[in-house]
Amino acid sequence: MSELIRAEDLSVRFKARGGATARAVDGVELTVRKGEIVALVGESGCGKTSLARSLLGLVQPAQGVIRFEGEPLPTTAKGLKAYRRQAQLVLQDPTGALNPRHSVYEAVAEGLRIHKVPGDERELVADALSRAGLRPPERYFLAFPHELSGGQRQRVVIAGALALQPKLLIADEPVASLDASVRGEILALLLKLRQDLDLAALVVTHDLGLAWNIADRVAVMYLGRLVEVGPVEEVLTAPKHPYTQALLSVLSETPEEPLAGSSISTGPIVLSGEPPDPTRIPSGCRFHPRCPLVAAGLPEEMERRCRTEDVPILSGGQDTQVACHVAAARQPTS
Amino acid sequence: MSALLELRDLTIDYRSRRGLVPAVRGVNLTLEAGQTLGMAGESGCGKSTLAMSVLRLLPKTAVIGGEVLLDGEDVRTMSWGRLRAVRWAGASVVFQGAMHALNPVLRVGDQLAEPITLHGGAGAKSSSPADVERAVGELLERVGLPRRHAKAYPHELSGGQKQRVMIAMALACGPRLVIADEPTTALDVMVQAQVLKLLAELVSESGIGLMMISHDLSVLAQTCQRLAVMYAGRMVELGPSAQVMHEPAHPYSKALAAAFPTVGDPASRMAPQGLPGDPPDPTNLPGGCPFHPRCPVSTVECESTDVLLRQADPGHQAACIRIEEVAGEPV
Repeated sequence: MSELIRAEDLSVRFKARGGATARAVDGVELTVRKGEIVALVGESGCGKTSLARSLLGLVQPAQGVIRFEGEPLPTTAKGLKAYRRQAQLVLQDPTGALNPRHSVYEAVAEGLRIHKVPGDERELVADALSRAGLRPPERYFLAFPHELSGGQRQRVVIAGALALQPKLLIADEPVASLDASVRGEILALLLKLRQDLDLAALVVTHDLGLAWNIADRVAVMYLGRLVEVGPVEEVLTAPKHPYTQALLSVLSETPEEPLAGSSISTGPIVLSGEPPDPTRIPSGCRFHPRCPLVAAGLPEEMERRCRTEDVPILSGGQDTQVACHVAAARQPTS
Repeated sequence: MSALLELRDLTIDYRSRRGLVPAVRGVNLTLEAGQTLGMAGESGCGKSTLAMSVLRLLPKTAVIGGEVLLDGEDVRTMSWGRLRAVRWAGASVVFQGAMHALNPVLRVGDQLAEPITLHGGAGAKSSSPADVERAVGELLERVGLPRRHAKAYPHELSGGQKQRVMIAMALACGPRLVIADEPTTALDVMVQAQVLKLLAELVSESGIGLMMISHDLSVLAQTCQRLAVMYAGRMVELGPSAQVMHEPAHPYSKALAAAFPTVGDPASRMAPQGLPGDPPDPTNLPGGCPFHPRCPVSTVECESTDVLLRQADPGHQAACIRIEEVAGEPV
């Protein structure tokens, strides 16, 4: 599998109130290969949505480059328009994403018209709808969003993206607003699209179960940086970063029960406090104020490093990587 | 002695232009003080309608049948004055969507003070401003927020903090029953874990009864002793959380349980589990078992035979005619 999109040393900054600068994305390296599904997980405010938006060219990075198939993202309006045919966005709330007064046909055809896609429009719309699992497609042409269930609406949104035959889907919490019973169906659809169309996806989510269900790799983000990246099997069953460990530990439904196949058996590690403020990123390792390892006490030299030395930026490649002084000291080779 | 909350043959219909639309179709349920019960089901299954009926919070278009007994007293026939006394002090609600449930132009402390001033409680000796202010401070500390947050406006707080304020407000008058409607939806995993832990602590400390509503079985299983699963206005399964989660006896509960995978379980790796089909239209429910059109194990009999709850194990009931076979299979 070759590289499809790559973020190099990417930073996104916003002016916050009072003149402070929020470093929403603060040095991220991440690659998505062709046909690969990568889950980007983290808490609200960790910068995962800003990262996703910058990959689509919706926000200008303050620093760094995004390369799509090796070429830097275009900066002209015309260039970006052409790029966005290749990389499509699927949002969390399909009800908000669809115009309530547009029929399903119009919703799916809109992208085709904007991009002046050649071919028979009716056929293209029908094809996209049936790929998204709305069959027979003709039955849905004249339906309006309010006549559809939440799952069907999300399928319409996905069909609108598929109509343009993109190479990459960027899905921001694609199932968070859907019912439990529909969730699996939409996730299965993303897997099928990858299989049939070799469609790559970056799925932004706070749901580790979703990553386990469909992703090849997972990237865990904390306060603007990736703290752990790697194949799902490795990161989610043997997490090395204390933040990933804490995220996983709160998922098991009974406190006494260790996670299946995991080395954690200490019960839930509920981190206190909210994710810190991107306008005031702590010195040293940015996780140290909430880190259970630091709280439990570390050797003096190690604690000094955690509090004062920044952790090197992960390269976001294929192997498992972890941005933690303690984990790095335990495994000097990784 | 009467139970803290008892629902007897509860039915709720909504009047609409198309006639009566059934939302709850005959639910029997008992909750004792100190017990925790989770209600699960997808949008439109009637779980929120059921919960709101406990405090008569439904719109005027709702037609309620059966009995809703709070400490043995029927909420349906209570006088308006008695109902006002029961709300907040007898039972209170943590509403879904903490983001929007607080008044944006009032300080958090003033919003917390309102029920205390009107109903008393939370250790406020009198409704003098000083006593109420002290009670507000204690409430905030009880939910893990600093006292100074009383001076904050809702927009100055994060989602998790707002949800804690909502919980503090529900506790303000020392209720014996708390109804939490999707208290953690829209919160992050870590904040969700904090809020769930807080709820569990409050229940065990003060012996209040908790009814929690969610579409996420795993969230309910973390906090509640018993789980009830609703489908098309009826309870289709009721039992101890661990059993409903890991050995569900109804095919619908099974699908819900499988929707949220256990990380690390090889069976769910690259295999998301969903339930085909859409929830039934309440104005046009299928005949027989209402779940049969979506059921993976339905038989000809299911198309014509309606099923009510029957025993699967002691203390564990499900509404499925194939209960023995379904309950025997692992998830």
